[in-house]
Amino acid sequence: MSDITRADVCAAAIADAFKDDGEIFASPMGMLPMLGVRLARLTSNPDLVISDGEALFLAGTPPLFAKADVVEGWIPFRKVFDVIAYGKRHVMMGATQVDRHGNQNISAIGDFAQPKRQLLGSRGAPGNTVNNRTSYWVPKHSPRVFVERVDVVSGVGPALAKQAGPAAARFNDIHRIVSNLAVFDVKGEGDTVRLLSVHPGVTVDEVREATGFELDAGDDVPTTRLPTTEELVLIREVLDPKALRHREVPVA
Amino acid sequence: MTKAPRDKRMTVDQIVGELEDGMTIGIGGWGPRRKPMALVRAILRSELEDLTIVSWGGADVGLLLRAGKVRKLVYAFVSLDSVPLEPNFQRARQAGAIPEVVELDEGMFQTGLRAAAQRLPFLPMRAGLGSDVLVNNPQLQTVTSPYDDAEELVAVPALHLDVALVHLNRADQHGNASYLGPDPYFDDLFCMAADRAYVSVEQIVDTAGLTVDTPVQRILLNRMMVAGVVETPNGAHFTTCTPDYERDEKFQKAYAAAAGGTDEDWAAFEERFLSGDEAAYQAAVRAFTEEQA
Repeated sequence: MSDITRADVCAAAIADAFKDDGEIFASPMGMLPMLGVRLARLTSNPDLVISDGEALFLAGTPPLFAKADVVEGWIPFRKVFDVIAYGKRHVMMGATQVDRHGNQNISAIGDFAQPKRQLLGSRGAPGNTVNNRTSYWVPKHSPRVFVERVDVVSGVGPALAKQAGPAAARFNDIHRIVSNLAVFDVKGEGDTVRLLSVHPGVTVDEVREATGFELDAGDDVPTTRLPTTEELVLIREVLDPKALRHREVPVA
Repeated sequence: MTKAPRDKRMTVDQIVGELEDGMTIGIGGWGPRRKPMALVRAILRSELEDLTIVSWGGADVGLLLRAGKVRKLVYAFVSLDSVPLEPNFQRARQAGAIPEVVELDEGMFQTGLRAAAQRLPFLPMRAGLGSDVLVNNPQLQTVTSPYDDAEELVAVPALHLDVALVHLNRADQHGNASYLGPDPYFDDLFCMAADRAYVSVEQIVDTAGLTVDTPVQRILLNRMMVAGVVETPNGAHFTTCTPDYERDEKFQKAYAAAAGGTDEDWAAFEERFLSGDEAAYQAAVRAFTEEQA
């Protein structure tokens, strides 16, 4: 299987972000996160609880965008909020901007009072980041996304959480940032974004160039692992036979 | 003569006639899902202005903004899902056309409605701490736990509503109402957070009909919470009203294109779909659907 694509690597890296979570609700926002979470459930963490993104917990692990086969529970939006407060959840959100301190913005670009570009609004990011484990997925790594300081803090990074006090820091857990180039956490010097691995074919310098802030990186940054043969079969034959993942991360 | 609970059936225009300039109006549903669009369209046709709109927003918010009805908007997001960014909302925000804006975390929004429903001034929660929700809304305060932990939490203020507007699948003439889709959203909470709540439904049935083929747990609204009820078939269009119908994606696309297009594009959309009453709207939608088939 030499024709492993960048999207395949990203799916496995996202799956790894969920492998040690145990029996919690995995909430992926977007296509690659959905693929990665389902891959984790079929391999490293079968205890993960997943939903159809609407109101049902799925007993099975259907392909992307397929209808549920067996349902194992009910998770309307009001109960999602209950689970957030309960804490047994790991959400992987998108990020229009993410900064050196792992703060995320999905609210607006520019001045909040009259933005240059209005985005979705902060959605659940403020609540997610002070209640349950949160990761981010960035399909197009660039200096416009990885910025020194986000324009609006929707998702709260560890430094701001500590500044806000123990009630904010207590459950703040920014776990991974996975992009199309690399994998990060926020355990760098002074709670900053730290490079954990670069995807095969990507250099550390390329990641630095595509990042708008000074990146914490060791001398010897490992390469993100390749998906196993089992994972490749699951990705290609079971979860995403239509190769929808390549719309989000195109084949180079 | 046997006494019975009162009949609360109204028309959409009677309901909108009960609203006043400057009121705070909560709109049920969620984003592009089960929105009381027939009632929203009736507001568009009215002379109402300076409204405060409280909504997990979709096209309800976009349409009211474009019609210049909104003085203050309370939201956590405004999205059409398959079209992630609502063009009329984007346009209004980028033009600085909404005099007052309150962007909350979406769970905080529920907590605010819950506080109002429970007649409390606030309820504590973690959401908001450390984020710009507190920076951009300096009116939001924190509260310190009086117990040994002494945690400092956000005191989410009650989101009190003058009026709630919601759309469900079935109701009786007294205002008992049931949802038949996968998610109740927060429509009961909207009704309880409001002084008066009006519910539009796909179909008004007799009371026994509410449970004839449906578990009683699906009756979300009790008549105590409801001031008026109106039958508006296809009244959530173009949002979902599962299982009666799903979102009209083709229409939503046409709406988004017009909203994100030139002033002429929008004028043409308005002329075609929004210049008449609800019956005219539904007829124009049928013609649109046939064209698209």
